[in-house]
Amino acid sequence: MNRIRHPSPIRREVPVNRRDFIILAIKGTAAMVLVKGLDGIFRPPEVQAWTSPLRFVFLVDTYKCIGCGFCVKACKLENEIPFDADVSRTWVERYVVTGDGEVFADTPKEARYGFTTGRIELGRGKFKDIPREKIKKAFFVPKLCNQCAKPSCVQVCPVGATYQNADGVVLVDRKWCIGCGYCIMACPYGMRFFHPTYHVADKCNFCYHRINQGLLPACVQECPTGARQIGNIKNPEDPVEKIIRTRQVAIHKPEYGTNPQVYYIGLGEEVR
Amino acid sequence: MVLEELWTIKELFVYPNEYIYWAIQIVMYPYMTGLVAGAFVLSSLYHLFGIKQLKEIARFALVFSFALLMVAPLTLLLHLANPERSLYIALTPHFTSAIASFGVVLFVYTSVVGTELWFLFRKHLVEVSLKLKGKANKSWAEKIRYVVHSILTLGAWDVSDTSLKQDAKAIKVLAGAGIPIACFLHGYAGFIFGSVKANALWMTPLMPVIFIMSAIVSGVALCLLVYIIIMEIKKSLVSRKSAANSGNTLKEIKGVEMNAMQTTVKYLIFFMIFSISLELLDLVFRGYTAVKSWDILRNVIYGKDFINIFLLQYVLGSLVPFILLLLPGLTVRRLIPALLLVLFGVFMMRWNVVIGGQSFSLTFSGYMDYQMPIIPRSLDTFKEGLGGALLIAVLPFIFFWLLNKVLPVLQTKEPD
Repeated sequence: MNRIRHPSPIRREVPVNRRDFIILAIKGTAAMVLVKGLDGIFRPPEVQAWTSPLRFVFLVDTYKCIGCGFCVKACKLENEIPFDADVSRTWVERYVVTGDGEVFADTPKEARYGFTTGRIELGRGKFKDIPREKIKKAFFVPKLCNQCAKPSCVQVCPVGATYQNADGVVLVDRKWCIGCGYCIMACPYGMRFFHPTYHVADKCNFCYHRINQGLLPACVQECPTGARQIGNIKNPEDPVEKIIRTRQVAIHKPEYGTNPQVYYIGLGEEVR
Repeated sequence: MVLEELWTIKELFVYPNEYIYWAIQIVMYPYMTGLVAGAFVLSSLYHLFGIKQLKEIARFALVFSFALLMVAPLTLLLHLANPERSLYIALTPHFTSAIASFGVVLFVYTSVVGTELWFLFRKHLVEVSLKLKGKANKSWAEKIRYVVHSILTLGAWDVSDTSLKQDAKAIKVLAGAGIPIACFLHGYAGFIFGSVKANALWMTPLMPVIFIMSAIVSGVALCLLVYIIIMEIKKSLVSRKSAANSGNTLKEIKGVEMNAMQTTVKYLIFFMIFSISLELLDLVFRGYTAVKSWDILRNVIYGKDFINIFLLQYVLGSLVPFILLLLPGLTVRRLIPALLLVLFGVFMMRWNVVIGGQSFSLTFSGYMDYQMPIIPRSLDTFKEGLGGALLIAVLPFIFFWLLNKVLPVLQTKEPD
């Protein structure tokens, strides 16, 4: 007799009870955390940076800077930082040292128009004229983000919106920045600011959109004297690498332990 | 136009991007979390260590701590340039940042305080619900009260002696666990500042400890102040009405008030001594070691901010109330101005840390002045101005008033 074959009865008992489910969930989470943690231990950003064939460095020759401010102008236009807003990704400082050791410094409008007057800006609308015969030395110092090897801005970002690439450049994710300003507080060089239009943290990134196309950063391209240069410290044939490795260069504020990657020729002790 | 230009005035050599980025809301943030932590510690003194004199104020302090806790994160929301992204801190926390754990700490702490509150008032919630359930012809207000109360019982209707004993045990455990968490919540606010190596004034390992001590001072002071004011109002109400139809007689209220007052003031003085000693230690140490940044710090501390630091914070906010509290024969009339001054002193301490830390440039050769926007000309100047600060200061009292609608915080007698 042909018997009608019934499909196998549906299992009535619950396959996983609540306790097992919770235990499983805890184990699963622990496993995921472990895997993520191990990845961080064996392939930390430091290792990635170390194995990368590319590490951007910057070289500033202060002896060559004439304070024309083309770099600042080019930067603002290239990176769409509102031209009249009093913030900038790069600027040029002027130092004037008198015979009695007094140091004056200013950076009028970040030097976006260059240095058009000999008077030193003192803030609150005040200026100071220093008689020429009193001046013992005077020089310009261009400033830009140091793309530190140990960036404190990256350390303090609570959401990871600012991060460092394996090629050393520190970038900001404009879609993820919450605008707390902690990175601005943490940068010892005052490089960071809130973008006046996008209201997110902003900073120099060596014109990342240009350098990864093989172009020069806007400021380097515009500098008429070659005071600004960019290079790859991992490439022994790179002229910038050669200068950094063979000549006496200095970094800005080494005491903060951030390990800056912008090197200076002729960085005087007066420089702030 | 840069937003921060509205309240920053630069002097001498300052980097172009430097402004007072952390303004009044970041002053309010440690102030509010400090009040939260202080109020909680006060309530735990009774729940954990069983200091009987604090029984009444402890219940009040816990509820008030919860009300303050709801406002503390609001300061950060008002500060953020993109508040709609605030949840990212919980979604993609970057744990090398001191701020990243804010979500975790706040969540844990809110849970602890919320749970402790629930255990504390569970009996009351059940009783009210049961009473209203049996009542016929409920009015609209009663219907809402019934729904709110019965939802808040979370289905735990057992109010037998054994279960109430378990409640008391749970409260003790939570109060115990809450103290380190409260200290962490606030110590960690101190760490946010103390760990900024770029800021010469902020960077000190003492910062979290100083913050915790001053937090307890401010929290205790505020709780005592509000408690006394409420008791005074009650007293005047009771003396106006006949004492018979009210639950508490004038004598009872007075007794409770004096008891709480004297014990709490003792703790307040104790924590004040701690707090001031630490701050002075920090100052002396900086002056003695005199590292590179000391030149500019000295100009700020003894020059530009002299009035704010020495006159307003130390003399008016610490020394004067200290004397007022220590003089024998403490009265309510003397206590209230003393407590107000203590609260003002701690506020000035927060101000001097947050604004003072930004009043000199990273160049160590220039200064920045903060001018708080008074008249709100835009949403931003409201948020980061007097209006925003006042909003933050007023909100806890509104939340407390709402909580008081549901929980019998201010009854001096047990609700049994």
